[in-house]
Amino acid sequence: MSWLIKSSIGRKVIQSISGLFLILFLLFHMSMNVVLIFSHETYDFLANEILGANWWAIVGTLIIGLGVGVHIIYAIILTLQNWKARGRDRYASKSKTPVAWSSKNMFVLGVFIALFLIVHMYQMWYQMQFKDLFGMEGVRHDGAQLVVDVLSQTWVLIAYVVAFIALWFHLNHGFWSALHSVGWNNDIWMKRLKRLGYFVSTLIVLGFIVVAIAVHFGYSNLLA
Amino acid sequence: MDKDINIKVKVWRQNGPKEKGRFETYELKNISQGSSFLEMLDILNEQLVNDGKIPVAFDHDCREGICGMCSLYINGHPHGPDGEITTCQLHMRSFDEGDTITIEPWRSAGFPIIKDLVVDRTAFEKIMQAGGYVSVNTGGIPDANAIPIPRDKAELAMDAAACIGCGACVAACKNGSAMLFVAAKVSQLALLPQGKPEAARRAKSMVAKMDELGFGNCTNIGACEVECPKNISISNIARLNREFLKAKLKD
Repeated sequence: MSWLIKSSIGRKVIQSISGLFLILFLLFHMSMNVVLIFSHETYDFLANEILGANWWAIVGTLIIGLGVGVHIIYAIILTLQNWKARGRDRYASKSKTPVAWSSKNMFVLGVFIALFLIVHMYQMWYQMQFKDLFGMEGVRHDGAQLVVDVLSQTWVLIAYVVAFIALWFHLNHGFWSALHSVGWNNDIWMKRLKRLGYFVSTLIVLGFIVVAIAVHFGYSNLLA
Repeated sequence: MDKDINIKVKVWRQNGPKEKGRFETYELKNISQGSSFLEMLDILNEQLVNDGKIPVAFDHDCREGICGMCSLYINGHPHGPDGEITTCQLHMRSFDEGDTITIEPWRSAGFPIIKDLVVDRTAFEKIMQAGGYVSVNTGGIPDANAIPIPRDKAELAMDAAACIGCGACVAACKNGSAMLFVAAKVSQLALLPQGKPEAARRAKSMVAKMDELGFGNCTNIGACEVECPKNISISNIARLNREFLKAKLKD
């Protein structure tokens, strides 16, 4: 299986599979957030199950962390190799080839999302699972209230929405590109996959944005 | 109507592979818009020779868009601003009076510069030698006609076979990737019964050679497909990925 890391196509497969896995995670994460709008109690129950100090929560977190880690490491490897492959001298004239903006800026978008992730992990995961695991003070078991506290700040809401928009561009190219890299594409499926990618990225990002805005303006826990 | 135009050309000049290059700007008067881009460069070179200067080196051969020899990155486009043609098919009517045209060589680690606008594209030959062929004689035309091939497969193979190996895909790619070229060469044979028996070996060795020669990793931007003078589709890249992964998983 060394071809996975030694060949260009193998490295892309690693990037694709980790990316597709993260899309599945995002779909779950978005669904989980939607619960917040309806019931804080249900949200807290679920959050303590998956973000507590249970063994399954730890395993789940490690698997997702591995997915994120692999995706970032391979993004760096691929980008550096591609930078080198471009040669020492660069074009003086700017490329005029019309291509999708997101496709050329996947790494930049990824860096931006990673920076957001650091803030986000500190605000949520660190306060809940991390502090719980290491028996630190100030552990939050009231996930819903924590989200409400954090998102009530205007700068947080703005930062989150901007990051979600970056995520939308990233997923828009990432979805069909990942399937293309594992070989699942042709002239007919190209249109379908691009449209499906558009749908999936919009669904995920719209879910995130709607929940963030609703929580900020106090429209959560509506069924309580 | 075609007019005679006065233009400036900003050309990359580099004396040798290891020398430092620079841009030189030349003025050209009364260039007919009916002349081809390469004829314009011929006029420039005549002017340079008459002035006792060294002419600009550029690749060209058939001048009818099938040999794949001409190159040039013109105003931010491989093969110039017009679509679906090679540089030799580009005409001066794509430019206007007073334009400054920037002409650069293909830029990629896989295609080192030899002189001025000429780059070394033997990397493509090496990739072909790694497996871009059918090893056994497949017989004459009557034999080929006796093998039934579905029409859609034949069409796809023919579309892939239109690749002239000019390297515009690499020149257009932000990653310096040669995937469109390799994908076309793998596809044209993998789609036909004559190429099937060696398909797995071909995909593996051509990709290995491509990686070894320092071409980048494809990130599915699609610039190659847009700039390809022969309209090779990036669907071929998905097919190459498929062929390669199938071959590796079978091992």
